[in-house]
Amino acid sequence: MARAVSRNTRIGWTIAAWVVALIIFFPILYTIITSLKSEQEAISGFNLIPSFTLQSYETVQSQNNYFRPFMNSVILAVGSTLLALIVAIPAAWAMAFSPTRRTKDILMWMLSTKMMPAVAVLVPIYLIFLRTGLMDTRIGLTVLLMLINLPIVIWMLYTYFREIPGEILEAARMDGATLRDEILYILTPMAVPGIASTMLLNIILAWNEAFWTIQLTTTNAAPLSAFIASFSSPQGLFWAKLSAASTMAIAPILILGWFSQKQLVRGLTFGAVK
Amino acid sequence: MGRITLEGVAKRFGDVEVIPPLNLDIEDGEFVVFVGPSGCGKSTLLRLIAGLEDVSDGRILIDGKDATDESPAKRGLAMVFQSYALYPHMSVRKNIAFPMKMAGMDQAEQDRRIEAAAKALNLTNYLDRKPGQLSGGQRQRVAIGRAIVREPSAFLFDEPLSNLDAALRVGMRLEISELHNRLKTTMIYVTHDQVEAMTMADKIVVLHAGRIEQVGSPLELYLRPKNAFVAAFIGSPKMNLFTGAAAAEYGATTIGVRPEHIAISPTAGKWQGRVGVSEHLGSDSFFYVEDTGLAETITVRSDGEVNMHHGDTVWLTPTEDKIHKFDANGDRIQ
Repeated sequence: MARAVSRNTRIGWTIAAWVVALIIFFPILYTIITSLKSEQEAISGFNLIPSFTLQSYETVQSQNNYFRPFMNSVILAVGSTLLALIVAIPAAWAMAFSPTRRTKDILMWMLSTKMMPAVAVLVPIYLIFLRTGLMDTRIGLTVLLMLINLPIVIWMLYTYFREIPGEILEAARMDGATLRDEILYILTPMAVPGIASTMLLNIILAWNEAFWTIQLTTTNAAPLSAFIASFSSPQGLFWAKLSAASTMAIAPILILGWFSQKQLVRGLTFGAVK
Repeated sequence: MGRITLEGVAKRFGDVEVIPPLNLDIEDGEFVVFVGPSGCGKSTLLRLIAGLEDVSDGRILIDGKDATDESPAKRGLAMVFQSYALYPHMSVRKNIAFPMKMAGMDQAEQDRRIEAAAKALNLTNYLDRKPGQLSGGQRQRVAIGRAIVREPSAFLFDEPLSNLDAALRVGMRLEISELHNRLKTTMIYVTHDQVEAMTMADKIVVLHAGRIEQVGSPLELYLRPKNAFVAAFIGSPKMNLFTGAAAAEYGATTIGVRPEHIAISPTAGKWQGRVGVSEHLGSDSFFYVEDTGLAETITVRSDGEVNMHHGDTVWLTPTEDKIHKFDANGDRIQ
């Protein structure tokens, strides 16, 4: 039963929620506002009303082609996510339906790799990339991003798979399904909502990844995160152009996130709230 | 054909022996019920036969062939699960078709079998629905349909009715019995409900702590329980068991008398007591008699017209030749 809430309380909470949301969103909003200013306005102090000029966008596009890093971002994000799923689905299957005494430890160990600061392994990975010719290649970065996000993908899928009753898989086994049939015809279709939200989250994580993409690319494989970074140094601090580049970089993922927010929220709270 | 033989089959989980080595013969076409209290290993035994668990020791023969190391699918058995275990993303038709699809059966034959099964199980109008849109009883029928179309050599049922309400349970019990009469295929049925066991089985296997306590027809078990455990487990209401002086009088450690084998009288008899709760069902009356000094309560079943009430003093007399006697180990004294 819904609790009776007085009108004033409701208005109060609504205002509070908007204030909090605005504070969280403000940096992004201010980036967008700044991108619509001229360079003069941008450095002249805090100002919420831009002159609505698209000059910075034109300059950014004419100096650096936006399309190439955009395509790189798409390839890296989607590629690393698909690759991660191919590895993670069987792994999560094994841990969810055929656990051993060590399964929990393995899961914790995988998670622990996410607790290590990335810079701690920068030198070895940099050297590996350099020696194997993977530096500034899409394939190298795709595999690396896949490995970085794999623990989270496995964890999420494991949680979803745990929700699927084991008897259904046993029924499939009785019905003559091989392991491949079982994963292909029963498990995967049943876990589609979970797999979809895992994919979305992983695409967002991979899209926003900046540390490795900046360290390991120069031009060929540079995605949008590196594209933004390239605007911060060589030209001095041109706030408006930097903001325009940032806005262009985050726009696709913002749009994707907006349209899939229901799926994302459902996916992230799945299992916790049934 | 569906003859199943267990030879010294045992199951251990780590150091815990859930099923000590046991032997069992299930004849072709028999309806066998595994019954026992929860945790007695009856479901584990069924899963060993199905191939869903590996045996730790011994051999499982199906129609004389060693199937111990065969995968579940290769054993030619079909299983109906307690939770129905339907594939929620597939329609009823696809659910029933799934085992045939896995076997690579041609489409025409698949359709023919689906239609036949749907007709037999009253599912024709539901073939295009998803399991989520069906009632519990319908889901159970889909699960049975999925098992039938494979034409297995034996059906395995793992507590298939325990998720249904009481009225549906009686209906499905009859349907499964009729199915057995029609198909004449071996069926192994696991339940903790001794009423299901008594009403459906050709042969009952009573299990306790992984051991087989007794194998026999429902009446054999009822009339000549091999030990005190079977005596107490089979029959509803439970058999009355007495120890001490009352048993010593008959040269036994424990004696058992079924509620219907005790006469109740307001005037004279062997044991005196006081009526606690009385239940009048019309056809029968049950009296729970207290303060007899023999057991906490003695259950008596009598004619529906016998009228006694809470607090009445009564005398009870057991039918002498219906008294079951058990020795110190709980085994029957002949």
